[in-house]
Amino acid sequence: MAGLVPFLAGRMVKAVVILFAIVVLNFLLVHAAPGDPAMVMAGEAGAADAKFVEQLREQFGLNKPLHEQLMTYVGTVAQGDLGFSYRQQRPVWDLIADRLPATLMLTLSAFVVALVGGILLGTLAAINSGKWSDSAITVVALLAYATPIYWVGLMLILLFSVSLGWLPAFGFETVGAGLTGLDRLGDILAHLVLPVFTLGLFYMAVYARMTRASILEVRDMDFVKTARAKGLRESRIVFGHILRNAILPVITVAGVQGGHLIGGSILVETVFAWPGIGRLAFDAVLQRDYQVLLGIFFVSSVMVIVFNILTDLVYTLVDPRIEVAK
Amino acid sequence: MSFISYRFRHLAAASLLALAVPALSPSVPSFISPALAADPARGGTMNIIVQPEPPMLQLGLNQQGPTQTVAGKIYQGLLTYDEKLDPLPSLAKSWTVSDDGLTYTFKLHENVKWHDGKPFTSKDVLFSTTKFLPEVHSRARANFARCESITAPDDYTVVFKLKEPFPAFIRAFEVASAPMIPAHLYEGTDFRNNPANATPIGTGPFKLKEWVKGSYIHLVRNEDYYKPGLPYLDNIYFRVIPDAASRALALESGQVDQSQYNDIEPFDVARLKEVKSLNFTTKGYEFVAPVSWLEINHRVKPLDDKRFRKAIMYAIDREFIRDKIWFGLGNVASGPFNSSTKGFDSSIVPYAKNVDKAKALLDEMGLKPDAKGVRATVKLMPMPYGETWQRLGEYLKQSLKQVGIAVVLESTDVAGWVQRVSNWDYEITTNFTYQYGDPALGVSRTYVSDNIRKGVMFSNTMGYSNPKVDELFAAAAKENDPAKRQAMYSEVQKVLVDDVPVVWLLEMQFPTFVSKKFNNVITTGIGVNESYESVYLSKP
Repeated sequence: MAGLVPFLAGRMVKAVVILFAIVVLNFLLVHAAPGDPAMVMAGEAGAADAKFVEQLREQFGLNKPLHEQLMTYVGTVAQGDLGFSYRQQRPVWDLIADRLPATLMLTLSAFVVALVGGILLGTLAAINSGKWSDSAITVVALLAYATPIYWVGLMLILLFSVSLGWLPAFGFETVGAGLTGLDRLGDILAHLVLPVFTLGLFYMAVYARMTRASILEVRDMDFVKTARAKGLRESRIVFGHILRNAILPVITVAGVQGGHLIGGSILVETVFAWPGIGRLAFDAVLQRDYQVLLGIFFVSSVMVIVFNILTDLVYTLVDPRIEVAK
Repeated sequence: MSFISYRFRHLAAASLLALAVPALSPSVPSFISPALAADPARGGTMNIIVQPEPPMLQLGLNQQGPTQTVAGKIYQGLLTYDEKLDPLPSLAKSWTVSDDGLTYTFKLHENVKWHDGKPFTSKDVLFSTTKFLPEVHSRARANFARCESITAPDDYTVVFKLKEPFPAFIRAFEVASAPMIPAHLYEGTDFRNNPANATPIGTGPFKLKEWVKGSYIHLVRNEDYYKPGLPYLDNIYFRVIPDAASRALALESGQVDQSQYNDIEPFDVARLKEVKSLNFTTKGYEFVAPVSWLEINHRVKPLDDKRFRKAIMYAIDREFIRDKIWFGLGNVASGPFNSSTKGFDSSIVPYAKNVDKAKALLDEMGLKPDAKGVRATVKLMPMPYGETWQRLGEYLKQSLKQVGIAVVLESTDVAGWVQRVSNWDYEITTNFTYQYGDPALGVSRTYVSDNIRKGVMFSNTMGYSNPKVDELFAAAAKENDPAKRQAMYSEVQKVLVDDVPVVWLLEMQFPTFVSKKFNNVITTGIGVNESYESVYLSKP
């Protein structure tokens, strides 16, 4: 762990450079799309005249040359301000912060469910490889992996909300119920079940397949034979030796996915009317709400960078042979 | 004692309602009319879908469809309109129009208060119609620019004097066309950046309580509403549900009580009509009354030739479009006027599909089929307003192929579509516009040549120009005599139908689903954008 401080410092410097490049690139990409927010609003109003569009452009600061807009944007971001959404009449950071709890609740729960479930199922399949339980897990995982996520969501709503009436179909909580404390928590959790399961199912399938393949590769290696030869318990062999070595690729993929947690999931959020960041981003694209879109890109870039660093650190914990380096 | 006063309150409320809402005549849909016979009870919560989420609720600044549906309960206009589009009182209790058609005098209700408790007076009307709306609202700007003067002789009287007669002026006072804005909050401020935009203050029966972005908008009963006993409902929640399939399921499972406009895809309508807890209607859209069309860029050859446009008209089966793509919603449009719009001429016979005529017209133009049977190739960019328009694009490609017109489909999103259409960078697209009850307000704008303005959406983006049409629309707009006006509108319809500046498709209908628990919901030509002051929940 001696190299930790220089490692982190080096990463920070790289991060700043990367972030700057991301901001500039995103800015240019977003502005390359045809149309602008004033056009969108004119289209939505169902009637317009030249003055209407002109006023909006002036209000949004779109009447300035592009490089000036870029300088202004980079300047405000450098000061820790993500800008202002004129369309929504609110600071971008407020808009993101509003959606953050809902998004994190959904993505983190789905992440944990997927990771734990996926590794357990993958391990189970691998140690029973060739038996019926392996086939069952593999087939289900393949199905879950191949089925469109929104379709799974809709079918779950149809079954559990419309037919059985056990779980609420959409939203974050029961509005207007005036619930507080534990009741409210229970209510939110009930709303959380279907979206988490829908989103988690897909990733669970990914992790399960990956864990299974990785274990199958590791389990015949010499050190496993040695462990078995010296008479270790099977559970200790599986969890202490095989899994610990087999899990590295899973951590890599999980690290990448972890970085996307904050981006939410557009499909699941849309199907379940979950008020998360994925939908905010999607709407921002359609409405050319540049500032909001760039703000979300920025925040998720930061998250990806943070998760990459965390992933590197987790490697060293799981496998002491790996060391951090600048 | 208390029993008597209880009964009296309800009688008073009911009779007041009968006065205030004359639209409750036998012509309204059957599920609405028993309303007054029953005894409306106070209380209840209504859940309504809102999609997409409005960017803001300041109705003067934003008139998107969803904004209107929500803000129509918060703000009010001077008038509202019945399903024949004749004016009904709203903030104005009565009005007169002088015989020369130049002076409109409105008497205002005297006990109206803004949601912050300040009184509503003619000062607010003057501010809204002379300062606020002309600055920010494009339709209101055009309407009130016709006034020579707008004055307020006293606190409850407003007089509009027009420069020249404009009979359509009486239809310019609907809540989204001219919402009343509180002068005491906006006078002398930067309207678009006023912090009050986040907390809209109107005079309507409901007030904004809370808006959780991405989830819901909560309106509560305005306790100080100027009509005693109204509104009946305590709460209205507008729920943001972005996915069309989820919206249908939410209606089906009873989690929401109402959907409107494009909330439900046409292919789901038949299924939801069978749901026993829901009422279905297509009424309440008379004021917007859109006609959909294939918009054609007259600057591109051979689209500038009316024979080519007619050939397209003959090549497509609009009944098929109505029945198979819109699943029965709508009527085949005979021409530019929706049959709900004033001035509509019912004697015009719609074009019918006739492949031979289409081919003959193309032959006449000298467009002969090449080895592959292609006479001409055109680009079609369907409007990006959902799957149905995409399906229409695919149908058009197939049916135009039959007469030898090859279609290349282009795709885009809303921003790109508006950018390209308003800057004339397209060949054919699909489009529809609202007619706002009167040809002078919502029809002429897309056909007259002085409205060919680059960069402006919903203007004459085709570049169509016919001096006869210009002349007739201009003369009809200022003709006070209804018979003469009708004659001119009839003639302009005939000219336009022969010119085919656009290929009209359908008088569009929108499906509204309302839970049977609620009464008095769709009562006027404004439909779901009404104030909902008299909506009530049936007793269980």
